[in-house]
Amino acid sequence: MSFLFRRTRALEAQIDQFLDTVSEGCLVFEQGVDDYLRGDREEFEERHKAIRILEAKADGLRREIETRLYVESLIPDHRGDVLGLLESLDNVIDQAKQTLAQFEVERPDVPESLAAEYTTLARVCVQSSQHLVDSCRAFFREITAVRDHLHKVYFFEKEADRLADALKRRVFSMDLDLARKIHLRYFCLHIEKVSDRAEEVADRLAIYTIKRTI
Amino acid sequence: MSWLFLTSGLFLGWSLGANDAANFFGTAVATRMLRFRTAALVGSLFVVLGAWSGAQGTAKTLGHLGAIDAPAGAFTVALAAAAALALTLSKSGLPVSSTQAIVGAIVGWNLFNGRATDLKTLTELLSSWILCPILSGGLAAGLFLAIRRFVYRLRLHLLEADTWLRVAFIVAGAFGAYGLGQNNIANVMGVFVRVSPFPELTRIGPWAVTSVELLFLLGGVAIAAGITTYSRRIMVRLGTGLTSLSPLAGLVVVLATALVLFLFGSVELQRLLRAAHLPGWPLVPVSATQAAVGAILGISLVRRSGIRLKPLGKIALGWVVSPLVALLISLVGLYVAQNVFELPVSNSRRPAAAAAGEAPSAPLGGESR
Repeated sequence: MSFLFRRTRALEAQIDQFLDTVSEGCLVFEQGVDDYLRGDREEFEERHKAIRILEAKADGLRREIETRLYVESLIPDHRGDVLGLLESLDNVIDQAKQTLAQFEVERPDVPESLAAEYTTLARVCVQSSQHLVDSCRAFFREITAVRDHLHKVYFFEKEADRLADALKRRVFSMDLDLARKIHLRYFCLHIEKVSDRAEEVADRLAIYTIKRTI
Repeated sequence: MSWLFLTSGLFLGWSLGANDAANFFGTAVATRMLRFRTAALVGSLFVVLGAWSGAQGTAKTLGHLGAIDAPAGAFTVALAAAAALALTLSKSGLPVSSTQAIVGAIVGWNLFNGRATDLKTLTELLSSWILCPILSGGLAAGLFLAIRRFVYRLRLHLLEADTWLRVAFIVAGAFGAYGLGQNNIANVMGVFVRVSPFPELTRIGPWAVTSVELLFLLGGVAIAAGITTYSRRIMVRLGTGLTSLSPLAGLVVVLATALVLFLFGSVELQRLLRAAHLPGWPLVPVSATQAAVGAILGISLVRRSGIRLKPLGKIALGWVVSPLVALLISLVGLYVAQNVFELPVSNSRRPAAAAAGEAPSAPLGGESR
């Protein structure tokens, strides 16, 4: 029967590779933020370079998967949903890359007392993205398990909102220049956007899952 | 000349193929899971096989309903059924079927010739029309729940599931086409059984083929021609209308419809049931379209997506409108064939000119014995 699945096996591998890349990109983002806040310039440069490569790889894989799905007329009924899912998932790694790029360009001056909170915020955002990748894997392989992962995405996204809110309040309660406060708030928002993007994908995925199960 | 009389049956077969193959391949072709060429090839092959094997099944039941014994009579009855089908399909959009049309036309022939209609057979036929969508709905509901559970347990990748689904669509479509040929060949060629232009036995190479088998083979080829030449548009239209169903539900509709056609058309299955001392059911031609509508309703019921009563009403209306229209056309057609073209529409009657001067009696067409 292997001849039947020759076409799909390669594509399955590409989809898995795409999900791995998004997951890895988000983990690199977390480490990059940590390196920046610890002042390890060299490591941060490495992470920034790595995430750019991973984002480009994810883009390439996504385009290749999309083309093959159309050219080989695969999953006609779910093709639109899968393409939508991959494109919105690509936005998550794109957001992570952009945020690291902003750290690189703008070099925010984060007070040492706030570094741990920024690191925690980045970690929670990345956790939501990791659960998102798990729920996407479940969408392809075990549809009934998607919900088990999705609720964790929503949990960590809310947690990121709460942490970001607390962090912004602390920034504005500190004795700093207004320009610095605003700058620090922007970076809080940039990091938080990663979990916001994950939540957007999760919303889409919830609908696609309902469509597949009825 | 007697060959020419077969043309109305062949036309009915062509129309059946063009319309009913969509029930089995519509979803797959419309969603491009199957190429039309593949669907037409598989459908044509299996419909001919089914028609060939259906030589002893449903045709006997129609033969009991009306023993048409003149070629012109058979021609007119088949033509009336085809005309009624075209008229009711195009004007009302009802899910009518050749089954109901041919029954109406045969009853028309009985009335015209003053022959008694076998009420037992008629009751069997009418009850099977009602039973067909109910049975199909029940089968579809059960199959849907079972297959869905099975698929979830398998934990297939979406792409693997898609490949399996394509294979399943081909297998179920082939089974459906076989069932269609086996069950509905009686509608197309059943009325010609007693007036077949073929010799009792024809030798084709090492095989000896009976007149009825040859007749049904020809009918099967006509259905296959309908599938190949004209079913594409109907497949796409029907398939697009059904896209609110998931591909799995679409597959279950095909399977349930095919099973119902097979159950009502298979002589072998009847033999097996009898051998196991199980109750059988009459071998009667049933409508593929109505079985498909019943299956969709069955799935809607288990998915709790609500039942629309409109399709059910349309089926019920089809049970009444289609045979009545066919009966009327049959009466008019037989009258024209006998009195205008002076063709004998029954063995027990001579053309009007020959019968001139004889006293009319009970039959609608005028007794001429």
